[in-house]
Amino acid sequence: MEPFKTFRGIAAPLDRANVDTDQIIAKQFLKSIKRTGFGESLFNDWRFLPDGKPDASFVLNDPKLKGASILVARNNFGCGSSREHAVWAVAQYGFKAVIAPSMVNGDSVVPAFADIFRNNCSKNGLLTVELKSEEVQQIFDAAKTAVVELTMDLVNQKVVLHGAADKTFSFQIDSAVKERLVKGLDDIGTTLQESASISAFEQKHETYLG
Amino acid sequence: MGKTLFDKIWDRHLVKTLPSGDSIIYIDRHLVHEVTSAQAFEGLRLSGRKVRQPKLTFATMDHNIPTDDRYNIKDPIAKEQVQTLRDNCKEFGVRLFDITGDDQGVVHIIGPDLGITLPGLTMVCGDSHTSTHGAFGTFAMGIGTSEVEHVLATQTLLQNKPKNFRVEFKGKLGKGVTAKDMILKFIGIVGTAGATGYVLEYCGEAVRELSMEGRMTMCNMSIEAGARAGLIAPDQKTFDYIQAKDRQFAPKGAAFAKAVEDWKKLSTDADAKYDRELVIDASEIAPQVTWGTSPGMVTEVTAKVPAPGSLPGYSAVDIQHALTYMGLTAGTPMTEIKINTVFIGSCTNGRIEDLRAAAEFLKGRKVAEGVKVLVVPGSQRVKHQAESEGLDKIFKDAGCQWRESGCSMCLAMNPDYLQPGERCASTSNRNFEGRQGKGGRTHLVGPAMAAAAAVAGHFVDIRSWK
Repeated sequence: MEPFKTFRGIAAPLDRANVDTDQIIAKQFLKSIKRTGFGESLFNDWRFLPDGKPDASFVLNDPKLKGASILVARNNFGCGSSREHAVWAVAQYGFKAVIAPSMVNGDSVVPAFADIFRNNCSKNGLLTVELKSEEVQQIFDAAKTAVVELTMDLVNQKVVLHGAADKTFSFQIDSAVKERLVKGLDDIGTTLQESASISAFEQKHETYLG
Repeated sequence: MGKTLFDKIWDRHLVKTLPSGDSIIYIDRHLVHEVTSAQAFEGLRLSGRKVRQPKLTFATMDHNIPTDDRYNIKDPIAKEQVQTLRDNCKEFGVRLFDITGDDQGVVHIIGPDLGITLPGLTMVCGDSHTSTHGAFGTFAMGIGTSEVEHVLATQTLLQNKPKNFRVEFKGKLGKGVTAKDMILKFIGIVGTAGATGYVLEYCGEAVRELSMEGRMTMCNMSIEAGARAGLIAPDQKTFDYIQAKDRQFAPKGAAFAKAVEDWKKLSTDADAKYDRELVIDASEIAPQVTWGTSPGMVTEVTAKVPAPGSLPGYSAVDIQHALTYMGLTAGTPMTEIKINTVFIGSCTNGRIEDLRAAAEFLKGRKVAEGVKVLVVPGSQRVKHQAESEGLDKIFKDAGCQWRESGCSMCLAMNPDYLQPGERCASTSNRNFEGRQGKGGRTHLVGPAMAAAAAVAGHFVDIRSWK
């Protein structure tokens, strides 16, 4: 995996909550035995009209947002299926980071991303950033009148919203995920260094296989 | 302090906690299917790695399989995926339940069917509905393809420990109300992200009274609330289910008796603490029907389609999007929504008890004119069982199509899918846009509600049916 480096890029504002993995990559594109070629099918049903032409009203078809590398959405992005193809599609389209807000619901805080999607992102070098609801709103507001550029700084856990006056938002991230992304670590390689511990565990562990 | 059921399973499987904060968790059962595994096996091949524990790994094909002529996969890419699974299983020494055998079926149906699923284990599969197996008191979760490769290579996963969320269903369910209604009600309350970061433990009188099939339906949809997994403590019903005949991978005789003694220790300690708790009065739950494009967009069959801005947790824009996609008008009674397709099956409701519940409503009745009904058993075993009970005849006499097993119209990767604008009463688990076919409109319900809708041509409150 390539180490994640700080970058400045264009933000694509996708004003939808609960964007599910069926929307991100529809089932007809899962019939592949490869890890590549998914970017062109990202958000297929929203990007393209039934006749196959691009739907001009969909945000990713806005010519001003060509080359966008940061996707900004609402709460619970990536819910649904465990298909890693969804992450491959987002990354292969050209996004290097996704931003979504946490949401306060009664006495609990609902995380910005669905669990499996967020986890799959971390295995593919795609950064997921959870910001506060009002911070994400500021990005959406700014995007109403101009093309928004953001700087994504993982090492210092900051997002900078560029404008007449830059605004900086801090974010929290799981320490293991941060280390994996910053160093570009291969999980399997890391775990295999613990082979002796796994073998010792297996010696005394009961799996009840009949 | 005491431990929860989940804490105990976690502790039994903790190999090591790394300096990064991740824990290495041992995996007891790995289920593999054709859609999410090819790239993982390819990864092993490229790095010269082997499957660490082939005997703990079980494969089948289910997502792509046609349910009419299963040996004749016309889609060349689907066919390649199925053949790739066969080749990979052979190369890496993994046991495969092929479509030519009687043990094939939807991966989450055959796990319990064959005795692969047992209490106190850790189970994973590259499929989010792996949570189904939690009905046995198993920590079971869906993973992505990178993690499939990780488990194949190391028989472990890197995990951060989720929190404990106790969901109690107190009291008894009313007549005609099922496990599907319980879980839809729960998702409606907490929302589709309401349990993100948690493992759910379902408990209470109404959960205890559910059959194993009902418990599997509940745990199956834990992921629709965002949970990492759902769990139900094992009890005598669990042990009886495992001991039934033909569960070839379950322990037998003295080994079974010893295992039961161990499994009885799994239940949550009296002084254990949960991070979050919710109590739902089971006696107040009515049959549920979804109206929107997310499983949390659900209401009672006696209610009306909600208006934008009328629900906490959903913006007016989100509700309007959903209503537009679904072709519904706010204020329409749910019972006035007409359907033209019914799907009975899936890992949520494709077990024998589900088919019996649907058949009970269809016996001696006819499907409404213009309604197409697909009945897809969850596994070949379920199919044979249903046929031995004469359920296939009831379905066919009523005008339903009786199919072979597979995931079918739940995710519509095979040739079973909706046309744009078609409206389906479905016993599956997701009503996302396009899930059952581009432009298709899905309403999630339980099997009896689906059968009743097939007969009436619209949703009905089955409690008022004779």
